[in-house]
Amino acid sequence: MNQRAASFRSITALIGAVTLAVLCTPLVLAQGQKVLKFIPQADLRIIDPITTTAYITRNHGYMIYDTLFATDAKFQVQPQMVDKVEISKDQLTYTFTLRDGLKFHDGQPVRSADCIASIDRWSKRDALGQKMAEATDSWKAVNDKTFTLTLKRPFPLALEALAKPSSNVPFIMPERIAKTDASTNITEPIGSGPFRFVKEEWVPGSKVVYVKNTDYVPRKEAPSWAAGGKVVKVDRVEWIYIPDSATAAAAINAGEVDWWEQMPPDLIPVLAKNKSIKVENIDPLGSMGLLRFNFMFPPFNNQKMRQAILYAIDQNDYVLGIAGSAKNGHPCYSYFTCGTPLASEIGAEPLKGKRDFEKAKQLIKEAGYKGEKIVIISATDQPIVHAQSLLTTETLRKLGLNVDLQAGDWGTLITRRTSKEAVDKGGWSIFHTWLVGPDVTSPAVNFAVRGSGQKAWFGWPEDAKIEELRDAWFAATDPAGSKKAADAVQMRAFEFVPYVPTAQFILPTAYRTNLSGVIIAPITLMWNVEKK
Amino acid sequence: MIAYIVRRLFSTIIVMAVVAFFVFSLLYLTPGDPAAVIAGDIATDEDIQRIHARLGLDDPFLVQFGRWVWSLAHGDLGTSIFTNLPVTQLIGQRVEPTVSLTLCTLVLAILIAVPLGVVAAAKAGTWLDRAVMSFSVLGFSVPVFVLAYILILTFSVQLDWLPVQGYRNFRDGVWEWLRHLILPSIALGTVYVALITRMTRASMLDVLAQDYIRTAEAKGLAPEQVLIGHALKNAAIPVMTIIGVGVALLISGAIVTETVFALPGIGRLTVDAILRRDYPIIQGVILIFSAVYVLVNLAVDLSYVLFDPRIRY
Repeated sequence: MNQRAASFRSITALIGAVTLAVLCTPLVLAQGQKVLKFIPQADLRIIDPITTTAYITRNHGYMIYDTLFATDAKFQVQPQMVDKVEISKDQLTYTFTLRDGLKFHDGQPVRSADCIASIDRWSKRDALGQKMAEATDSWKAVNDKTFTLTLKRPFPLALEALAKPSSNVPFIMPERIAKTDASTNITEPIGSGPFRFVKEEWVPGSKVVYVKNTDYVPRKEAPSWAAGGKVVKVDRVEWIYIPDSATAAAAINAGEVDWWEQMPPDLIPVLAKNKSIKVENIDPLGSMGLLRFNFMFPPFNNQKMRQAILYAIDQNDYVLGIAGSAKNGHPCYSYFTCGTPLASEIGAEPLKGKRDFEKAKQLIKEAGYKGEKIVIISATDQPIVHAQSLLTTETLRKLGLNVDLQAGDWGTLITRRTSKEAVDKGGWSIFHTWLVGPDVTSPAVNFAVRGSGQKAWFGWPEDAKIEELRDAWFAATDPAGSKKAADAVQMRAFEFVPYVPTAQFILPTAYRTNLSGVIIAPITLMWNVEKK
Repeated sequence: MIAYIVRRLFSTIIVMAVVAFFVFSLLYLTPGDPAAVIAGDIATDEDIQRIHARLGLDDPFLVQFGRWVWSLAHGDLGTSIFTNLPVTQLIGQRVEPTVSLTLCTLVLAILIAVPLGVVAAAKAGTWLDRAVMSFSVLGFSVPVFVLAYILILTFSVQLDWLPVQGYRNFRDGVWEWLRHLILPSIALGTVYVALITRMTRASMLDVLAQDYIRTAEAKGLAPEQVLIGHALKNAAIPVMTIIGVGVALLISGAIVTETVFALPGIGRLTVDAILRRDYPIIQGVILIFSAVYVLVNLAVDLSYVLFDPRIRY
């Protein structure tokens, strides 16, 4: 018995000692490192910014890649990796010279061949890139630092295309990576941008880690949107994906994270009480909600039915539904992002002012609506989509239309909207989504306004006139001509109604007051941010 | 005994083959297309079709199933459609948080529930018994996520004692590791505590009414010796069964707990994969969950021998 008791005491002592030793093991922390902890809007799943248009991948792209040009806050194109550009008098030849000191994260210098291969891959996926490719005769490397673009015909938007701020962004990758097929995901995240991706620490669905690229040579100019000097002021950035917004709010409240990219409006009052947190609108363009019709089947293959909806939709309701308060949004009666040069209210009379249900009902009658079922597909896991769907359902019901709201998750919605079947065979009539401001600034990037039929975005509107007007806009050579051509596109859009703009809104960002230097831009950019 | 284990392991393979077939069939029939998710919101039909073809999703069901089974037979669970990382690597990254959470919960639950159940049985009909049973009903009734938010608000935001979210590896130090598991384990374990407490109490009451307990008491043994040395050991078999069955409860609860506490575990991996239709991950995770469930129950069956020498396999 004594022996057993002694053994028991020895074992207990041993366990105690081991436990104490392990408990006292210090955390291996890099001393003095400035770590910026950030909750991104979504989980980074795809690291290739060319195969997907997902905004989270675009933001990741800005961390690790650089661009030849960038658009600044005044909508002006500024050189970024390019030191100088010379344009021939006939506007057919562009000669680009790269800045000194550009290096990829694998230590290799950035060469002309890398830029040409990257632009080639981008232009296979991006609509504006494709348009530029149509006008391109060739890209040629003169030497490692100089290359030329030769056009078949003048393409006034060439530099704007290379400075495109939102998806797909023409990021520059090493040639060997950029040679990857444009629809196959790249697996090597190597760029020449201000941060390096730490692939070994990437836990998809949870954490993405970037470290400062100490070899990066920033431009001297002050940062302005994605242009100017990309000066990194922290050593390490951790993107911590927290899917639950209540947990995210608690984490920033408790100081476990520094910055929450996009917070739901209903949590603004919760965080506003904490004096260590700033809740701000840092996105000057916000996002645009939209209601998309299916043009292949009744009733919205009838123009009068679509026009009827314009008279009934009240954008003020959508602002409140999406953004929770008029402080975070406003009506925008334009097919181009309000606050950008091409925005106007020309032709917008049916959408603004007092809502005219009688006119809408008259148009429905003239359209010969026979009570066909209207299926609105929605996603309950996307509050912006679902809020719009609920409002549209109510509005359409008020008009006496036969509406069936079918809600699922986002994964189901984006699959179902590809269906070209009738509603009784799994098809749809209306879906909602939203686009960030930079994706809707002009006829070049606003793909939803197009009328290219089966090649158009889901809903497949076909309208030769709008396509002609879009081509005329591309041909415009000066700002006045460009504005006039864009107005013509909008006039036609309000007549043809490829979709209904529902609101312009901003999802605020929240960050701890020990952060400074957050760049006001329509994309979340992490250089210039300082943590004290 | 060995023959029994071999038989059970063989039946595990059959169970997993059936699970594999059902999982694959269900995913095939489920609405949703990973190609559409990969392409993004502003993709065109053409983009989606190109990705669809690249992923081999256009192939007939049997071709896709055959391809998957062939890879599986070679120990390859496939590659994530989105991240291009091997499913085994993704699961490997997530095993530690889930195993840690499950073990902590299990230990916490057993340490709390068994004594509570024993005390409730020993003091049956008293205020103590009623209090334990009321706690048990409460434990069953409060959803995991509600309890999780209450714990976060109280212990993380108000008192600043414990972290709101995240996970630290064991190698980062035991205290850091434990700190990140205390609240999730309480949130997840409460329902489990309730279940085991009730089962222990009921089982103990059965045993305490038996003759040999009366004999032990008549022999003058101390009440603790009777309760623990004689009654609890014999009451343990139904409790062990419930612990085994409860693993399924724990796995489903872990999904919610990991989401609320942002723990990078297998539960969250599953939910994320389902939402974006990342089929190889869903298939891999469900196979592993089913294997774990079957093996835990095998371990429970084998543990009966420890409690009842009359049981032989």
